[in-house]
Amino acid sequence: MTLQTLTQTPEAPEAGAARSLFTVRDLRLSFPDLARKPLLGPAPRTEVLKGLSFDIPAGQITGIVGESGSGKSTAGRVLVRLLGPDSGSVLYDGQDIGHLDEAALRPLRRDLQMIFQDPMSSLNPRHKVWRIIAQPLKRYGLGGTKADAIAALGKVGLPPAFAERYPHELSGGQRQRVGIARAIALKPRFILADEIVSGLDVSSQAQVLLLLKQLAREMGLTIAFISHDLSVIRHLCDRVIVLNRGEIVEQGPVAQVFRAPVSEVTRTLLAAIPLPELDAGWLD
Amino acid sequence: MADITAAAPRRRARRLNLRLWLPLLWLGTVALAALFAPLVAPHDPLMQDLMLERLPPSFMAGSEPGYWLGTDSLGRDVLSRMIHGARIALFVSVIAAATTCLFGSALGLVAGFFGGWWDRVISRLVDIWMAFPPVLFAVLLVAVMGTGLTSVIAAIALIDWTRFARVIRAETMVQARMDYVDSARIGGARRLATLISEILPNVLPSIIALLMLEMGIAVIVEAILSFVNLSISSDDPTWGSMIAEGRNAIHFAWWVLLFPLIALFLTVLSFSTLGEGLKQRFDPVLQ
Repeated sequence: MTLQTLTQTPEAPEAGAARSLFTVRDLRLSFPDLARKPLLGPAPRTEVLKGLSFDIPAGQITGIVGESGSGKSTAGRVLVRLLGPDSGSVLYDGQDIGHLDEAALRPLRRDLQMIFQDPMSSLNPRHKVWRIIAQPLKRYGLGGTKADAIAALGKVGLPPAFAERYPHELSGGQRQRVGIARAIALKPRFILADEIVSGLDVSSQAQVLLLLKQLAREMGLTIAFISHDLSVIRHLCDRVIVLNRGEIVEQGPVAQVFRAPVSEVTRTLLAAIPLPELDAGWLD
Repeated sequence: MADITAAAPRRRARRLNLRLWLPLLWLGTVALAALFAPLVAPHDPLMQDLMLERLPPSFMAGSEPGYWLGTDSLGRDVLSRMIHGARIALFVSVIAAATTCLFGSALGLVAGFFGGWWDRVISRLVDIWMAFPPVLFAVLLVAVMGTGLTSVIAAIALIDWTRFARVIRAETMVQARMDYVDSARIGGARRLATLISEILPNVLPSIIALLMLEMGIAVIVEAILSFVNLSISSDDPTWGSMIAEGRNAIHFAWWVLLFPLIALFLTVLSFSTLGEGLKQRFDPVLQ
């Protein structure tokens, strides 16, 4: 199977009535800018997210797209509460998780998983693959044996022998599959996928995306898929949110945004999709 | 789906790692000699015989059979004294370095991982501690606590924990920024569990390398304190006190000074090389 099958999958029905898993209203977040810190007193703060409001419908794949520095990863990390917002509400399943402390979040974390951009640094180099996958299971009392890890590996298309490997013994695509296996092993409701294919070559990208799409459908997952590449978003996502400098410039169903982009930023990103330009003698 | 074969990963062919085995060979010899000192030593290290004073080593003219490395100014066998001296050297190095390592690494891990007030308090303490001149500090401590092995070990641990705290703090801060720490959090790990089961294994090679270095340093510090007669009673043979005694007779019996010095040098060198060798051997990423 290739990318071809991805493009041919029918567009998900426009679910106007889809229940929202996340409801985010007026989300603001700033970081202290230590480069401009005066000798005395606190550093001035740089606003990274300037009042975002969006919904993430349950059971769909929502793309979050933008140039680097647009705040897309930061927004994603607020959803899984690796970061806390300055103000605004982050309703997960009706509960505001924006200001919960770590102890209160821990039971929720099982349902809020994440796949990281760099699978090398997100897999502990000193743990074997099976331990990386099994440890969260053990923490939540969902088993955590080597057999559980091997079952999860099977779901992402890796043979059992990989359980005994260390992360540096895998290729980039295989590492990212392990990252996916770790996330889905917990049977979560939501997965944040943060630029998960940007470090992979094109054929691994297609395989990993296809796998994610299959798993999402089988398990009824809600996914927020962060990318700077609109062509990837188009193949994978049902809805898309376009960010620019910490603000939402456009959001809606993928088909609509691609057909009739309203903002300049979206048009620029669309124009940046590389198209094959083949003419006779291009190899010369 | 693309076929993913489970071919065994490539491993670098094992070459004999000299950095690992040469130090182990020497330290193993010293350790065996120290453990079985009464059996191995050819003579009583304390037995004086003025008829046999300043005998040269066996490869020189005028030597006496059975006294391979010669005798000192009181007619005591140098080899036997060195073998008994190894006991004290190794005992001090193992106990003092382990204490220093435990104490300093724990503080470094906590400061590097929890940051905030933990880091501020521990780092300031390290800064203040390091402003004391170490030799003066050691001499003062031993003078206050009285001579003896306990004081020597306490002096080493109290002075050198800062080395571990600083290096391990920096290393922990680097590791704490890695994504696997965030992913442990996503996987529901508590902070302390993350520190112990995720970060510690990655900092361990540095801890081991430092521990080996510290064992070498402990041998030197013990020798220095013996040299100035602040270690243990001058009856017990130590390498430091042998060097001190040999210094007086260096013009007519250089071997009394030279052989313990070589043992000291080789032991310290072995410890620091072993640290590097172990790091190479047990790092899955470097292999």
